[in-house]
Amino acid sequence: MDVTLGEEHEALRRTVEEFAREVVAPAAPGFDATGNFPYEIVRQMADMGLFGLPFPECYGGMGGDYFALCLAIEELARADSSVAITLEAGVGLGAMPLYRFGNEEQKSHWLPRLCSGTALGAFGLTEPGGGSDAGGTRTRAEIVDGEWVINGSKAFITNAGTDITELVSVTAVTGQRADGRKEISALLVPVPRAGFTAGPPYSKVGWHASDTRELAFENCRVPAANLLGERGRGYANFLSILDEGRIAIAALAVGLAQACVDASVAFAKERRSMGRAIASYQAIAFSIADMEVRAHTARLAYYAAAARLLAGQPFKKEAAMAKLYASEIAVTNARAATQVHGGYGVINDYPVARHWRDSKILEIGEGTSEVQRILIARELGLRPSV
Amino acid sequence: MKIVVCVKQVPDTWAEKRLAPADSTVDRESVDGVINELDEYAIEEALRIKESAGGADSTVTVLTMGPEKATESIRKALSMGADAAVHLLDDALHGSDALQTSYALAQALGTLEWDLVVLGSESTDARMSVLPAMLAERLGVSQLTFARKVEVAGSNGSTTVRIERLTEAGYDVIEGSTPAVISVVEKINEPRYPSFKGIMAAKKKPLTTLTIADAGIESGGVGLAAASTAVTGFTEAPPRSAGTIVNDEGEGGRKLAEFLAAKKFV
Ligand SMILES: Cc1cc2nc3c(=O)[nH]c(=O)nc-3n(C[C@H](O)[C@H](O)[C@H](O)COP(=O)(O)OP(=O)(O)OC[C@H]3O[C@@H](n4cnc5c(N)ncnc54)[C@H](O)[C@@H]3O)c2cc1C
Repeated sequence: MDVTLGEEHEALRRTVEEFAREVVAPAAPGFDATGNFPYEIVRQMADMGLFGLPFPECYGGMGGDYFALCLAIEELARADSSVAITLEAGVGLGAMPLYRFGNEEQKSHWLPRLCSGTALGAFGLTEPGGGSDAGGTRTRAEIVDGEWVINGSKAFITNAGTDITELVSVTAVTGQRADGRKEISALLVPVPRAGFTAGPPYSKVGWHASDTRELAFENCRVPAANLLGERGRGYANFLSILDEGRIAIAALAVGLAQACVDASVAFAKERRSMGRAIASYQAIAFSIADMEVRAHTARLAYYAAAARLLAGQPFKKEAAMAKLYASEIAVTNARAATQVHGGYGVINDYPVARHWRDSKILEIGEGTSEVQRILIARELGLRPSV
Repeated sequence: MKIVVCVKQVPDTWAEKRLAPADSTVDRESVDGVINELDEYAIEEALRIKESAGGADSTVTVLTMGPEKATESIRKALSMGADAAVHLLDDALHGSDALQTSYALAQALGTLEWDLVVLGSESTDARMSVLPAMLAERLGVSQLTFARKVEVAGSNGSTTVRIERLTEAGYDVIEGSTPAVISVVEKINEPRYPSFKGIMAAKKKPLTTLTIADAGIESGGVGLAAASTAVTGFTEAPPRSAGTIVNDEGEGGRKLAEFLAAKKFV
């Protein structure tokens, strides 16, 4: 039984911690204010090999594992969530489906560029009509003259419209199954591509510098060979990618929750009221102590889920629990940290104000809290009505 | 081109630094150790010199004198891309001052093959900035210190090193031939962060430990008891006072000037 980090994981964690503190944190207020995608920081992350972390060296990866990716995401999120989600979505959602379900030709064509971080991939599952009901996909694709022709739209897709986005994988209805239900498959869309349009970036409450867009497909043609994984397995495959992705989102949430502790400790020691540092008031000190307990507990939850993933054990429930708990405590910590900061807590120059805005999305993206509870209940053998 | 980088582990820049009451040496146990910041620039410069020199026989070796704990910093230097490391590790070295450290490092360098020795121009804990010069003197080689730029020209046998030496007024251009000791300032480059591949590879790189006997260091020539300088007393810095806020109501400039004059800054 061991929950301490091994030598290499710890060395990686420290390296990313340093990078986040020295490079990301000072730049974050700037790109949070403008909403500009942080290309220069992404380039430096690429130089460090972060986009190739969990992939084998034969595809240009770093030969690490999914837990290494989670540690990097947590440390980046201690500085800024937009940067952290760019890595999470690029690797966990953009490149991972290709690695898990692609054939050899697809992998050797795409992975080296994605691993090097010179190109970004995006994952298009959610549609304007609904994300929780991913099986309700309406985007369609059919084979015409030996090519897939895609029509439909996707909503809230991360990394889909940057200058370095080269791949969007999407789910689409490709026919009807014997039981009458939709046959959903996944397709690789190289971008830019005729018939594919990424809309303008959304104006979001948080994650300002993360690129999120609505996508439109109008007779967008891709080669027949761009089918990713087995025909008709697209929906199931994408859901399994989300299972892993939840551990990574939990790591991101823990990073934000920890950032709230760090900022509050520093602020409470400096800030004086009624003749004393506010840290010496029990109301403040206990609030920060509770924040630390929540961040620590959520970290253990995602470590445990990741340990099961690495050991090849079932981890669906643990991942859902980690994601649910970590995202909810991230919101709680952000609210508490803002309170500790008083008026400064709502001033954008202060990191906690940004963390507060960034935290809410964690309870929604990659499966809402309600969806996590449905999954956990199902794993317990319950059948909550949906 | 064979390059040795001298790397020191210092207390974390962000931590509160203390002297140990028992012997007035820096308390290294109670704080996290990190690579001395300027040494990271030295490592980066060495790696760049090696990369531009090319060739399989170009190497970067890290040399560290310090306690057991300094291995962490050695690993980091290796994960940045250095090829090998030598750790001069001996209890007898504890408390050595700059003069003795330069002696010990010069002896350790004697066990290695090198054309260039690269150092940071000062350490964040001692801040004496004398070691590179002392080392060059002891080794009897070219001394090229406070470099903000380094160019290595020429090939086997006759290599010239040209640096821009930072001065208060600007910079001097200085040239010397190898073997040489170079110290660098932070303007010189932007140190890389190790990649995960580098971190994994660092584990497999050779790390040699030397005792003072291995390096031919006389035990009477190093350590606290034999040091030629001594810390005779110390007090903690007083807490920062509140400071004065000058509101500019048309005469802010004059008030600032008065303040500076009163404190004898001008
Ligand atoms: C910034 C951002 C980035 C994103 N990035 C991506 C991406 O890269 N790729 C991608 O595919 N998607 C992405 N998403 C989409 C995200 O996964 C969805 O927003 C999420 O799954 C919820 O879907 P929805 O917004 O359609 O809400 P809905 O599904 O319409 O849900 C609305 C509300 O109803 C609840 N609800 C729905 N069904 C049930 C039920 N059966 N039982 C109980 N409650 C229910 C939900 O929990 C929620 O509270 C992103 C979203 C955001 C905000």
